[in-house]
Amino acid sequence: MTATARTIGPSSRAEDATQESQVRVVFRRFRRHRLAVISAILLLVIFGASLLAPVITTFPRDAIDVSSPERPAPPGTVSRDGRMHLLGVDHLGRDLFTRVLYAARVSLTIAFLVVLISETFGSLLGAVAGFYGGRVDMILSRINEFMLTIPQLPILLIISAILLKRDVVLPMPGFVSRLLSALLLAPEREAQKVVVLVLILVLFGWLSAFRLMRGMALTLSKQDFVEALRAAGSSDARIIFRHIVPNGIAPILVSASLNLGAVIVLESALSFLGLGVQDPTPTWGNMLDFARSYMFKHPWLPLVPGIPLVIVSMGFNFIGDGLRDALDPRLKR
Amino acid sequence: MPNDRLKDNVLIKVENLHTHFFTEDGVVQAVNGVDFAIREGEVMGLVGESGSGKSVTSLSIMRLLGASGKIVDGKVWLKGRDLSQLTEEEMVKIRGNEISMIFQQPTSCLNPVFQIGAQVAEVMEIHQGLGREDAWQQAIEMFRKVGIPDPEGRARNFPHEISGGQAQRVMIAMALSTVPDLLIADEPTTALDVTIQAQILDLMRRLRTETGTAILLITHDMGVIAEMADNVAVMYAGQIVEYTDVNTLFETQLHPYTEGLLAAIPVLGEVRDTLAVIPGSVPNLINLPPGCKFHPRCPYAKPVCVAEMPRLDEVQPGHKVRCHMRLPETMDQWAGVGRADWHFFGDEVMEVVEMAGEAQS
Repeated sequence: MTATARTIGPSSRAEDATQESQVRVVFRRFRRHRLAVISAILLLVIFGASLLAPVITTFPRDAIDVSSPERPAPPGTVSRDGRMHLLGVDHLGRDLFTRVLYAARVSLTIAFLVVLISETFGSLLGAVAGFYGGRVDMILSRINEFMLTIPQLPILLIISAILLKRDVVLPMPGFVSRLLSALLLAPEREAQKVVVLVLILVLFGWLSAFRLMRGMALTLSKQDFVEALRAAGSSDARIIFRHIVPNGIAPILVSASLNLGAVIVLESALSFLGLGVQDPTPTWGNMLDFARSYMFKHPWLPLVPGIPLVIVSMGFNFIGDGLRDALDPRLKR
Repeated sequence: MPNDRLKDNVLIKVENLHTHFFTEDGVVQAVNGVDFAIREGEVMGLVGESGSGKSVTSLSIMRLLGASGKIVDGKVWLKGRDLSQLTEEEMVKIRGNEISMIFQQPTSCLNPVFQIGAQVAEVMEIHQGLGREDAWQQAIEMFRKVGIPDPEGRARNFPHEISGGQAQRVMIAMALSTVPDLLIADEPTTALDVTIQAQILDLMRRLRTETGTAILLITHDMGVIAEMADNVAVMYAGQIVEYTDVNTLFETQLHPYTEGLLAAIPVLGEVRDTLAVIPGSVPNLINLPPGCKFHPRCPYAKPVCVAEMPRLDEVQPGHKVRCHMRLPETMDQWAGVGRADWHFFGDEVMEVVEMAGEAQS
């Protein structure tokens, strides 16, 4: 590493050098992982396109084009009013390019929210369990293991069937649904239902982060610096949240990026089974669901949401691999 | 005389401290009735082999015994407050503020993912309510005080980028940043090489004079004691066996264990075929011997030592000892007994050293 250069160099600017070089080292290592870089670029393109959806396409999300020659119609179809549907239209005559972009917003937002909440929640809980050990750890770990042993999908199906199919909406502060509706470019009502789905997915999402952080906290809490922190008058909360969690953050980042892919697929699976986000809010999953009925006559239909779905979930996995190598302090160069 | 500097105010007083660890194998009786007092500005040395209860005594003062350790009896008075009765919240305010601590392995005592300056600053944020920027400036000021070259630059370093000696300076800076009344130094120089050791001891001496902080110096290095301490308590099997000022201790040892400890220090330039050791090793703290805890290893032991535990008695002014040989009621039994020879030859040494095991560590 650049440690020696730094200590010898002029001191006044050592500050920025030290801080930046850490980030730079990680970035440099990441760049060597070719698949991760390609994935990152592809993902950025998809993020950008979904963010700019209202600019890129002129069709409204749910608008039914009655002048389309057929429904569903293949890519490149030009409707009678002269407008072209880049990826065709679906069975109702809605522009697929528009919907796949809006769906990206929904799917990605859900994935990021689920991963953010569950990694945070899981790792904080894991840090507490690992730090205190004993009874606290016993209880939290047993809950964790119990949740790991029950099959996820059937439980998720049951819960979503109850909550989403019955239009259950949780009470939440107005700014949450407003923010989300702006993010999804969807009505508030739809945004509120997305929140329910996010929470359902968090239910199982925190498990891996918990185990990861618990294991690290277990070893970290026995290290000398924790004893020294105690001797210096740090409270348990300070030790856990300010010192143990930051020490274990690198593996959590890796697991988060791997989970992003998994959550996108899981959300799609739920939506595909008709139990996730409901039409008219588009997600890649419910678009696949509609495509299912027509896929033998119109094989391009499932490919429209399917290809970005595969790219994104694989992309997050490659990025996770890249991050793991980049953040591993044992690899020097 | 080092003692002239001392004020008479007692800063911390440990009374009849008993600390036990409750483990699956049984109750580890780590500290069994320790009494001592440290005056303001005093450096008290606590010596003894590994497993004699030195560190546990200091951790009991700090109340950092972990889940299995418990103070089963005794009191720790700090300026009129009994620390053993305080709540954990109250203790958190005392640790690092009124009592600070430095450890044997300075590098591993720093959080590897944060800059060292931030870690020193954090202590001041906690205890002095300083803002981030002020605390950072203060940390740099402390670094300058403890003799870290280029303090502004070094403050940005991470723990793996500095040497052990520098790390101990950082720990000292952290410990003294709050100007504590008492600094507990648990083998502060053991992990450092000799020249750095001398520098760190110099630094501690200088800061002690500047800040007036009392120091509880835990070590098994008699050289460090000779250089630093005003008074010395020798511990064995969780008890203080001898207590006196440092000069007296090096002149006359009243307890056979202290005698053995000092005999075991090799004399530079002296060539001999024998090696001075204390035979055997520290007793199992779960299953302590009856009577005097040292009798199984004591060359002077008599039946009374097995039968009865001697009390810690002030047999000469300012000189306390826990030994039947020195107690008025039993000392007659040793009339005419000469000084024991702690030296052993060749094969004997190997045997004894093997037995002694930890004793020399």
